[in-house]
Amino acid sequence: MAPSLLETPLCRWHAAHGGRMVDFAGWSMPVQYASIVDEHLATRRVAGLFDVSHMGRLSVTGPAAIDWLEGLLTRKVAGIEPGQLRYTLVTGIPSGGAEAVILDDAIVSRDTDAADRTPRLGLVVNASNRVRVVEWLTSQLPPTGVALADHTFETAMIAVQGPRAIEIVCGLCSPADGERIRALRPYRATAAQIGGHPAAVSRSGYTGEDGVEIVVPAAAAEAVWIAIHAAGAPLGLVACGLGARDTLRLEAGMPLYGHELRAESDPFAIGLGLGVNLDGRSFPGGERFRMLRDHPVGWIRAGLVFDSKRAAREGGTVWQGDREIGVVTSGSLAPSLGQAVAMAMLDRAAAEPGTAVEVLIRDTKQAARVTPLPFYRRG
Amino acid sequence: MAAAMKFAKSHEWARPEESGLVTVGISAYAVEALTDLVFMQLPEVGRHVKAGESLGEIESVKAVSDVYAPVSGEVVEVNTALPGALETLGRDPYGSGWLVRLRPADAADMAALLDQPAYDALVKSQPH
Repeated sequence: MAPSLLETPLCRWHAAHGGRMVDFAGWSMPVQYASIVDEHLATRRVAGLFDVSHMGRLSVTGPAAIDWLEGLLTRKVAGIEPGQLRYTLVTGIPSGGAEAVILDDAIVSRDTDAADRTPRLGLVVNASNRVRVVEWLTSQLPPTGVALADHTFETAMIAVQGPRAIEIVCGLCSPADGERIRALRPYRATAAQIGGHPAAVSRSGYTGEDGVEIVVPAAAAEAVWIAIHAAGAPLGLVACGLGARDTLRLEAGMPLYGHELRAESDPFAIGLGLGVNLDGRSFPGGERFRMLRDHPVGWIRAGLVFDSKRAAREGGTVWQGDREIGVVTSGSLAPSLGQAVAMAMLDRAAAEPGTAVEVLIRDTKQAARVTPLPFYRRG
Repeated sequence: MAAAMKFAKSHEWARPEESGLVTVGISAYAVEALTDLVFMQLPEVGRHVKAGESLGEIESVKAVSDVYAPVSGEVVEVNTALPGALETLGRDPYGSGWLVRLRPADAADMAALLDQPAYDALVKSQPH
């Protein structure tokens, strides 16, 4: 492993438990421990435990924090209640660029405890985009009234996902904290003590399952992780690597930056219209989004299901006869379905569910049909 | 007596049989490293391959890998049951998990492969 890779506070645990460590966006992360399929299915049936500490965790504080971020994000920040999360895009001009593009997708949140009434907002961004998002936001800071900080290295983030995730986590809390976590609606957060350690707990995730994402101080990460693992393992919870995280989000039809979502993407064409609020708002690139909303053009995101287990991979072209009508953005065996699936950008005329297409996988064209997203919805 | 099994650096094994054919498979280490196998493509009988040339493909949930011919020769037999029962590779990689039998073109190819101790040393040096 190259010594320059960043490590989460849980790296030692991963390596000691058979984690196959790979370079992911400059971080040493486990792609899997034993089997991606087993980890995936355990998450669907019981619960999976994920180290997502590589995700960037930023804070925006100060009296002008809300107004400032309101002018930069594609979702409304002003209306966010304490303890609420919102999915948003981060648009901005990358260094050396001229036009605003999509720099990342992110979760913006407002902290629950504002004892001094000074707003404190959180922003969770992709590991691969953290540096450029921080650079862009820093370049936009006003002289006073807003402070931006990167807490990625002083905290850890642990996701517990699956039908029994809440039960497992609440078992490590006081009855009062457990009650608050159980009562959380999706995209709401609360402060709690987990195994005696202070944590921010949100009902959110990236797997299509119920569950929580937990932010703890880096020094407490291993203790919290071990406590959750010990409490959940007898029920069937397993630690999961990034491989299962990817197959889970693919089945759940969730876009991933760099694959479905890119700098120049049309958010409406990829089904992320809900991540863009244009009503009476302005943010970098907003005019381009308004044009795209009012005059739809180009390919749109769709699901493909294959008869075989052989998976299409990113970049595979989609065909109808000798006409190229799309490109695969993510593809894999879907462990819950037992067949290969893919997300693709398709010609609108061919994106109707049921349409028969062919996908070039290495040298051969494989039959597939267009299907609505998501591929998997929890029962 | 059949000669000993030898290994390519790309993790295929080759075992000369009394019939003069060479049976080819992939090592237990390679199967373990791939995990979650979902698809395998094997060559047609009659195909001529050179040592180091792609003999087929094996796909896991995460990635597609080529299987390389450890020796040059003609494909005379293919384990057609294998693609439909990939779990065999994990259970019995050196027995019923064989891939193809080749009629070797050049006996010297076997000599260029790693013996078991040398292959074990190679595997030991791989990052985990």
